Amino acid sequence: MSATLLSVQTLNGLQLGVLLFLVAAGLTLVFGVMDFINLAHGVQFMIGAYLAAMFTALTDNFFLGLGLALPAALTLGLALEWLVFRHLYARDHLDQVLATFGIILFLNQAVKFVWGAAPLSVPVPTLLSGSIQLMEGLRYPIYRLAVIGAGIAVALLLSLLVSRTRIGMLVRAGAANAPMVSALGVDIGRLFMLVFGFGAMLAGFAGAMVAPLVSVEPGMGDNLLILTFVVIVIGGIGSIRGAFIAALLVGLVDTLGRAFGPLVLRLFLDASAASQAGQALAPMLIYILMAAVLFVRPAGLFPVRR
Amino acid sequence: MSGAHPTAGPLRDRRPRLAGLILAGLATLPLLGALGADSYVLLLVTRVMIFAVAAISLDLILGYGAMVSFGHAAFMGIGAYAVGILATHGIEDLLAQAGVAILVSAGFAALTGAVSLRTKGVHFIMITLAFGQMAFFLAVSLAAYGGDDGLTIARRSTVLGAEWLGNATIFYYLVLAVLAATLLACRALVAARFGRVLRGTRENPVRMQAIGFEPFRYQLTAYVISGAICGLSGVLIANQTNFISPAYMAWQRSGELIVMVVLGGMGTLIGPLIGALAYLLIEEWLAGITEHWKMIFGPLLILVVLHARGGLVGAITRITGGRHG
Repeated sequence: MSATLLSVQTLNGLQLGVLLFLVAAGLTLVFGVMDFINLAHGVQFMIGAYLAAMFTALTDNFFLGLGLALPAALTLGLALEWLVFRHLYARDHLDQVLATFGIILFLNQAVKFVWGAAPLSVPVPTLLSGSIQLMEGLRYPIYRLAVIGAGIAVALLLSLLVSRTRIGMLVRAGAANAPMVSALGVDIGRLFMLVFGFGAMLAGFAGAMVAPLVSVEPGMGDNLLILTFVVIVIGGIGSIRGAFIAALLVGLVDTLGRAFGPLVLRLFLDASAASQAGQALAPMLIYILMAAVLFVRPAGLFPVRR
Repeated sequence: MSGAHPTAGPLRDRRPRLAGLILAGLATLPLLGALGADSYVLLLVTRVMIFAVAAISLDLILGYGAMVSFGHAAFMGIGAYAVGILATHGIEDLLAQAGVAILVSAGFAALTGAVSLRTKGVHFIMITLAFGQMAFFLAVSLAAYGGDDGLTIARRSTVLGAEWLGNATIFYYLVLAVLAATLLACRALVAARFGRVLRGTRENPVRMQAIGFEPFRYQLTAYVISGAICGLSGVLIANQTNFISPAYMAWQRSGELIVMVVLGGMGTLIGPLIGALAYLLIEEWLAGITEHWKMIFGPLLILVVLHARGGLVGAITRITGGRHG
């Protein structure tokens, strides 16, 4: 297990981690403030990627495409909130699960209808293409580094927004006790809408940023959604800080587990058994991690005090 | 909690007549087939009944215990893989396969249930989802049994060495018998003291504890029974399709099972059967109209959630004169 490989995989893990955080941030806020379980958050990630792909192809410029995709993702999020979600806040979790499941069915099919079933690809922007030498024998793509940097920057901005501004204070208060905030004269409906739209935009931003790295296809948000759930459950639902730490943890554990699990197992098993067991165990690692965390701390690592 | 528990309130068995009617109808369907109806209908209804068994098992914990399991398809997958894996190694006897399927699903339910039930509400939804995904990825990694692509099973399971199940009508009646037995067993279970404790826990776990019950034990028992029954439905689906794949365990499949339960009317046992029928028929019908049928079905589902409380069974009891409790 060479240091180079370890560094590359750690960077890959970080990249997955910041992406997970961008999606998880919206999800955990929506959950914390509104007690609303939104399965459709993953399709908003997918929509972000599709919008970026479309606008990039139209404008022939990735950054312009990204700039257009963000308000479009925000608009779609607000439209969904207005059409469906606001009618569900007072319902129980089961109704929310079902209705947002309906949205997933619709949107996954709708992107096939609009953009076709074949995966789209987005070229890496020329400004950020190529790779740089990080250390001896280690070259890493610039674009991936940019994704990590952008993700961390957004995370910092978000934490400033939540901890230092008036609107952030309202969001935190809403997460702790929404009826009280409402009783103090805050238009809680508008606050919900704002948080929701913002969360949708963050998920869309994450989708747009990975668009050049993956193939943009229907259902691409589904698996990420499940990972995001793992993140917010480990981090403690409603906690931005918890989501950040858990996202990095899940990103690293998942990536490193897949890369090095078989190698570590080889210390105990013979080569073929280790490779088989490693392949079986690696994708399950984060779920085992989640079960273990919940077993010790049923409310997650950083539970929001109520 | 709005519209969550349509049977909340005094228990009254209002639906045995409806269940009897439906089962009688299902029993006579193959006879109509002999009169010239399509064997395609028989296949479709067999599939409906298999999913009904799975949905009824989910209703046992969802409707009566308020445990929203979002990983229930894993049990169906375990049952299916029990058939596939045993058949690969030459064990084709149905009883042996079903026995293994039930044991393994019950074991998986006991393990995951013991962890999941430490949590409540949305945490429970997510942790069952996570365990379902674990099972899914385990199936994907089983390279010897097809991995991602799945595995074709050469022929249907045998009964005492005989290949009776190859006959569509015999298989149909076997599935019907399993369905009827599941309905009766679950009805007996929820009407017994066990079911009352479970419902009491659903309504107010603190009170149940105060009067001397330990909710966890009852919930876990229900979870294990539910998992075992769902595993049995997996044995049937593997036999019907002669094919197993990780797709049986995908979380979307778990979502579909919840849709069937709620669409039919949860906490009614007969509701999931009606829900499975409605879901699969609507799917079949819409898919015949357009390949983009999910664009119609998704909004339809949202409308049902927003406006139709109590599911189809609720609608039926309202229409037929509402013997409300």
